[in-house]
Amino acid sequence: MASAYSKDLLLTMYRKMYLMRRFEERTQQQYGLGKIAGFCHLYIGQEAVAAGVNEAIRPDDYMLSGYRDHAQPLARGSHAGMIMAELFGRTGGYSKGKGGSMHVFDIEHHFYGGYGIVGGQIPLAAGMAFASRYRNEDRITVCYFGDAAANQGAFHETFNMAAKWKLPVLYICENNRYGMGTAIARVSAEPEIHKRGAAYNMRHEAVDGMDALKVYDAVKDAAAYIRAGKGPVLMEANTYRFRGHSVVDPANYRSKQEVEDERKNDPIPRLMAYAIKQKLAKEADFEAIEAEVKEQVDEAVKFADESPEPHLDELWRDTIVEEGEEDVRPRERVLGVKVDKWPSYPSGKDLKVTWDLEPREQAEKADKAAGLK
Amino acid sequence: MAELMYREALNQALSEEMERDANVFLIGEEVGRYQGAFKVSQGLLDKFGSARIIDAPISELGFTGLGVGAAMVGLRPVVEMMTWNFAILAMDQIVNNAAKLRHMSGGQLRCPIVFRGPGGAGGRLSSQHSQALESTYAHFPGLKVIAPATPADAKGMLKAAIRDDNPVVMFEGERLYALKGEVPEGEHVVPLGKADVKREGKDVTVITWSRMYYFCEEAAKQLEAEGISVEILDLRTLRPLDEEAILASVRKTNRAVIVEEGWPLAGVGAQVVDIIQSKAFDELDAPVLRVTGLDVNMSYAANLENAIQPDAPKIIAAVKKVLYREGA
Repeated sequence: MASAYSKDLLLTMYRKMYLMRRFEERTQQQYGLGKIAGFCHLYIGQEAVAAGVNEAIRPDDYMLSGYRDHAQPLARGSHAGMIMAELFGRTGGYSKGKGGSMHVFDIEHHFYGGYGIVGGQIPLAAGMAFASRYRNEDRITVCYFGDAAANQGAFHETFNMAAKWKLPVLYICENNRYGMGTAIARVSAEPEIHKRGAAYNMRHEAVDGMDALKVYDAVKDAAAYIRAGKGPVLMEANTYRFRGHSVVDPANYRSKQEVEDERKNDPIPRLMAYAIKQKLAKEADFEAIEAEVKEQVDEAVKFADESPEPHLDELWRDTIVEEGEEDVRPRERVLGVKVDKWPSYPSGKDLKVTWDLEPREQAEKADKAAGLK
Repeated sequence: MAELMYREALNQALSEEMERDANVFLIGEEVGRYQGAFKVSQGLLDKFGSARIIDAPISELGFTGLGVGAAMVGLRPVVEMMTWNFAILAMDQIVNNAAKLRHMSGGQLRCPIVFRGPGGAGGRLSSQHSQALESTYAHFPGLKVIAPATPADAKGMLKAAIRDDNPVVMFEGERLYALKGEVPEGEHVVPLGKADVKREGKDVTVITWSRMYYFCEEAAKQLEAEGISVEILDLRTLRPLDEEAILASVRKTNRAVIVEEGWPLAGVGAQVVDIIQSKAFDELDAPVLRVTGLDVNMSYAANLENAIQPDAPKIIAAVKKVLYREGA
């Protein structure tokens, strides 16, 4: 049977996963060299999730994440050198080195940040989705969070509102099985996190987060559902981080055997094997991609190395918006690339506020009339 | 000029700003069908519909964060806290997200949002419902903090706050909502960051904000009868502080008393003392004194509750002390 996926899709996903992996391996190395400091949480092992999600949504959909946030913007197309420069604390970083590892923001690519408080981004995502609905846009918001965030109040408070108001938001719980050093099952009455969506009458499902294609299919379907106005979706991507919680964590709380077993499930060779088996690509295709990515990552490190430290005057900028102040366009500032896709929001006059937050019975009636249920 | 209650002035500001800009919406507990726990949003549901006047569940962290997210992509939310006591549950979203988004994004994001609701002590509500929390928020860079005393300032400052591109934390006086005052109609915008000399005087400056202003006024009237001329400086905005106005008044009177409803430790008044002593020390004729709430939790018992809060006699005593007229 012919594959349902195009060669282009498979190679694009492979390229992105390989970039995430190599980029973060270099990140760990640079941390060891003392060029990166602070907390630094690697995504290694989880790449299938970001790759699958990103190809299944639109480039103008909003996205935000937790503190494990280097790889997701890479999948979106953010500049690897600028992310590395941010990790180095240099002017060339997306946030001029003021945010660091846990706070990558690339608004041009609609990546609205990584957040360092567990679960703290979950309500923000609902607010961004609220804004889309307020403006009658068909854009969705994708919010990544970890398994541990599901035990935060922010999760429950937000899910209640998001489901009640049918907000266009896709919540992706990347369940890598550990909240820092604690196995999620040890501290969760319901460790299958997607099931908690049932408590809020919310569509919920689990997906193999080690398989980029399965993630891609599931997210395609969920995104169409959300865009049709049917409400939010909670998707649990079951995945595994091959490294510790952060680069300084030796992860002694799990057995060697467990990690070895999971590594056999590495999403990157898995995608390659599929493509070759389906005769959609040859080994030479992958070799070419790998060589290009290696060069890209070398360049990213060089770019970060050469970028200067921020001037001390920067301390007094970017806290309060001064009157008439223009917002920063990082790629223009750093690379001199003209950014014409910078988000602009409709003025009050252009808004068509038509949605209603009436009781669910009414919302359901409207759904039926529109053939949505 | 029309005489309006403080709550009516706020209502007018909300209504005018919502008419002016469709990006503005109101979310909070009981703001819609109930018409507002303190009736600030009275009539707004009928006028603007449930798409813009949004009844939230009792989930302070959740709906506050939802407001912040909406502001990140260009809406201008007004988040009503039923009281600032409950907003302690939402503090993570205000402090860790709203206040820091611009910095963490290196200037890519702005967060034009107003968090507003009643603050302040009194009313026999005991510890959890009766506290002045403004100094807590004034601590954080990235926020503006305002606390208007009069209906006119309430209207003008709320309008300015809604138009501001920064997160603004607004303390309304829970005990001031029914207070009446003249309020200019239509476009009346009071710039944030500007203190106001509410009463001119030459012997001593009394620096205050929000409800405490009225105790200061009462004290000033009594002191006037004794031949003491009090200048009252209403800070109105607690972050950023109007240093220029503070120093100008102190340089004129050479003496200062700060009256603050909240607790003394790390209060806004402590910062005002620092500004005065570090920049106008040579012009002081007496140490600066503070009249604050007592450093205890609020009691339910009427006599204890009264004893905890500043009042006119306490202010009069402090003024006499800086004038070296104790027992005079």
